[in-house]
Amino acid sequence: MATGITILDPTNESKPATRHTLSRPASIKGLTIGLLDISKPRGNLFLNRIEELLTERGAKVLRFSKPTFTKPAPVDLRQEIATQCNLVIEALAD
Amino acid sequence: MSSVAPVLPDGFVVIVKRECATCQMVDPVLKDIAGHKTPLTVYTQDDPTFPESVSAIHDSDLAVSWHNNIDTVPTLIKVVNGKEVDRTFGWLASDWQRITDIPQLGADLPAMRPGCGSMSVDPDIVDKLRAKFTDSPVIARTVEFSDAEDEFEAMYARGWTDGFPVIPPTRERVLRMLTGTTRHPQDVVAIAPPDLVELTVEKIAINAVMAGCLPEYMPWVIAALEAVCNDQFNMHGVLATTMPVGPVIICNGPGTRAIGMNSGINAFGQGNRANNTIGRAVQLTIRNVGGGRPGEVDRATHGNPGKISFCFAEDEVGSPFTSLATERGIPMGQNAVTVFAGEGPRCVVDQLARTPEELTNSLVACLQTVHHPKLVIGFDAILTISPDHGRVFAEAGWSREKLIAELTERSMTPGADLVRGAREMAEGIPPHLRDATLPKFRPGGILLTFAGGGAGLFSSIVAGWANGAIGSDPVTRVVGS
Repeated sequence: MATGITILDPTNESKPATRHTLSRPASIKGLTIGLLDISKPRGNLFLNRIEELLTERGAKVLRFSKPTFTKPAPVDLRQEIATQCNLVIEALAD
Repeated sequence: MSSVAPVLPDGFVVIVKRECATCQMVDPVLKDIAGHKTPLTVYTQDDPTFPESVSAIHDSDLAVSWHNNIDTVPTLIKVVNGKEVDRTFGWLASDWQRITDIPQLGADLPAMRPGCGSMSVDPDIVDKLRAKFTDSPVIARTVEFSDAEDEFEAMYARGWTDGFPVIPPTRERVLRMLTGTTRHPQDVVAIAPPDLVELTVEKIAINAVMAGCLPEYMPWVIAALEAVCNDQFNMHGVLATTMPVGPVIICNGPGTRAIGMNSGINAFGQGNRANNTIGRAVQLTIRNVGGGRPGEVDRATHGNPGKISFCFAEDEVGSPFTSLATERGIPMGQNAVTVFAGEGPRCVVDQLARTPEELTNSLVACLQTVHHPKLVIGFDAILTISPDHGRVFAEAGWSREKLIAELTERSMTPGADLVRGAREMAEGIPPHLRDATLPKFRPGGILLTFAGGGAGLFSSIVAGWANGAIGSDPVTRVVGS
């Protein structure tokens, strides 16, 4: 389906056409970082090590996991992460 | 994006394609023309090795064909000093002989043979050619979706839809939509509420593409937007109110039939492209250009499904009454739209009335319930009479004026029954009106229309919003070109 097509803006053009990524935080100290395990095998080993490193740097870490890697994260899970975390790292492994 | 129109060389110019049997038939004739003193230039659209009798220039990008408005091949053009002075298309021996001044040209061919469609007007590519070659003043910002994005999902994500998918407004589609109006793309049609931004024909065309309109609907969409974007209709208030109203668009005139609008079976419902997409284009334009979105400026408590689209045509041919547009000052035969801030339609059932008086009483009883049986004068309503109900009035010789006068008279109610607290209902009119006798509607407050399928002893009521200066007044506008 994805065609990369170009269309004409139907709005009054008062909002930017493209969305920009958020700027990088100066420090992660004191921030809450979510680690989302997408439930691929051994993703937990990778994330355990990431958690250690983040905790050493003063971040608070919360762990989440998707029910299955084959489907998008459920809305509830996304909202839970969005409301509880400042940053999120989504991890793949195999 | 545009290109400079190629200048045709002096002499005779012929445009052909191999796929066309008539072009193949005139192939030997071209050699005869080339043998005379006036230079001959042949352009071939498909096969550079065609024609075989003379050499040709391959019009591979169809620029020559497009810029010279070639609809049919073969086309013979006579050019003098860079200007076209004569043209014929297809094979008409007498035309070719006259233009070339070669009396016996093609004497062995049939006198006449129609040509074939030029590749430059092939429906599959004409939009691309228009986008490529037209120096069109379309200036909207472009939005490019990434390869990884589904364009339909991307348009949802940006908040550009009414909840249904929209057609991606590519440049090609928008230029095609703009062929439906003679107005310049940058003409400002109105100031669109609630953001009060200039609404151009181009922005309307973009939203009309998204809504699924055909180009011939454009004049209707433009007229409806002109009608809603003003203080009288008060589109800002119609959005902002907690009441369930949106613009209901009533179309009149022979153009409703020309564009295939439905005024018959299921006239208010689904299934007709013109009815549904004209109304939808108006609402998408208000949403996307005006910025009127539910939960933001649109504060409707419940809303109604007609806020996606509610647009229908009056059945002027079958109606026993003069049309709504005529009633509102538009000459018969002229196309017009009337916009009304209305909620969803409700049905009036009366299968037993055989006299106009009985039927009027039923209509009045139902009209009294508009918004509340004890609230009068403050709200207007559309009353749509069906063919079966219309017959009762037609057979009795009742005109529009007679029916409205009877509806008004039979709705008269003593103020004592309407004031706050009367009939054990707190709602009602202010106590100082206790001694008055009041009709349900203000003068002009019933918009009588005629539409619907041929079977069903039902009529329909669409209740309005607060009327007059504090709310919205219906507005009628002529549909332009």
